[in-house]
Amino acid sequence: MFETALTLNDLWFLAKGAGMTLAVTAVSVAAGTAMGVIFGVIRAQFGPFWSAPLTFVLDIFRSVPLLIQLVLANAFQAIAKFGWEPFTTSCVVLSLYTAAYCTEIVRGGIDAVPVTTRRAARSLGLTWAQDMRYIVAPLATRVSLPAWIGLTLGVMKDSALVLWLGLTELLKSSQILVTRLQEPLFILLICGAIYFLISFPIARLGGYLERRWSPND
Amino acid sequence: MIEIENLRKSFGALQVLKGINLTVANGEVVTIIGGSGSGKSTLLTCINGLEAIDGGSIKIDGVEVHAKATDINKLRQNVGIVFQQWNAFPHLTVLEDVMLAPRKVLGVAKHQAEEIATKHLVHVGLGDKIGVYPSRLSGGQQQRMAIARALAMQPKYMLFDEVTSALDPQLVGEVLDTLKMLATEGMTMICVTHEMAFAREVSNRVAFFHQGVVAEIGSPDQIFGSPQNPETQKFLSGVR
Ligand SMILES: Nc1ncnc2c1ncn2[C@@H]1O[C@H](COP(=O)(O)OP(=O)(O)O)[C@@H](O)[C@H]1O
Ligand SMILES: [Mg+2]
Repeated sequence: MFETALTLNDLWFLAKGAGMTLAVTAVSVAAGTAMGVIFGVIRAQFGPFWSAPLTFVLDIFRSVPLLIQLVLANAFQAIAKFGWEPFTTSCVVLSLYTAAYCTEIVRGGIDAVPVTTRRAARSLGLTWAQDMRYIVAPLATRVSLPAWIGLTLGVMKDSALVLWLGLTELLKSSQILVTRLQEPLFILLICGAIYFLISFPIARLGGYLERRWSPND
Repeated sequence: MIEIENLRKSFGALQVLKGINLTVANGEVVTIIGGSGSGKSTLLTCINGLEAIDGGSIKIDGVEVHAKATDINKLRQNVGIVFQQWNAFPHLTVLEDVMLAPRKVLGVAKHQAEEIATKHLVHVGLGDKIGVYPSRLSGGQQQRMAIARALAMQPKYMLFDEVTSALDPQLVGEVLDTLKMLATEGMTMICVTHEMAFAREVSNRVAFFHQGVVAEIGSPDQIFGSPQNPETQKFLSGVR
């Protein structure tokens, strides 16, 4: 009833594209989150005045369209003779992009922990680091989780833009198949379904953690 | 012994403490009374080193709290403080909350910390609340938990800042009873309070704060019976 020229091989080709999407996303979210946590702590700790230079730089990464960042970064690394692979350039740009958003999420989470709660912790003799580790981190994580999940899903979709640097990720694989097979709707449907399949567990994980934590609050 | 000498503290242009002198001997219970904004809370947070000071000194067992060389976290182990607003850690159960500081600050082993925490929770009457999260506790129970948490560090000194002011009236009694129990056991305490009957009952001395100075200090009988300072008289006639 439904004729398609799509073969198992083509599906495998799409799966490899999805693998690339996952790899770029995983590296960028991991590195971006690590940086975001550090920058977020700096922003929360030193206040708006002293962290203004950091905020300014991160604002650039948040406001310039990702595609422009990717193309500029790629050109820059070529001029500077870094010799980066497109994968490396993509991950660097996406990591900074993620870090810029993650910084705000982390700062918001830290600021949401009441000063009085932290004071109570310090009054017991906990050091600043212990307060951060045992009181602020768990409470801020709870507050930040929904936004962080949203960021991760966003980065996953935005990572499609790395195809402009010549990386064959999920969307690019689909485009190649569309060009070859001339079945755009069907292939894009499958491509969309794969995006959904990867995103769904992440979204559910967020929901699960939120439910697990909420009865305590 | 807590020795406060000519303590001065400002927030920006606002001078809150204008030369406080107060000595609290071991085993003594000193209550501080006085109008809102007279600097009572500020004094307690300075004693615990949570606030920097602008002049004078606070010595605890001879160690200057605000000296650069002082290990403030070590010093705080000896000086428990409980605030007006209870500050339970919402992600920890009552037991975990009370265990945290003994484990992380004193480095006590887990089972031992559990023992210590349980002992103090039972002491303040929360033996049956050990596994629950603070959101399931009433204000009075949270406040008693905060007391147990401070006590679990086995401090020599306890500072209480209006610990019953934010409580519903019917919960005040249980917390005051806990404080009275500590006083009877010989804990050295500084209590800021608006509960005059309580102050009269437990205090060795009562200090009346007015505009950042100790306007009058003496035995409860003297302060409540025959206050000398007109400001004290005015304040006491106001609260009665
Ligand atoms: N962190 C702060 N920053 C600025 N002003 C403060 C701060 N804490 C207290 N104050 C001011 O200091 C004065 C004394 O406050 P406080 O010690 O809380 O008084 P009390 O506990 O006797 O009511 C008040 O006028 C208050 O507004
Ligand atoms: Mg106060």
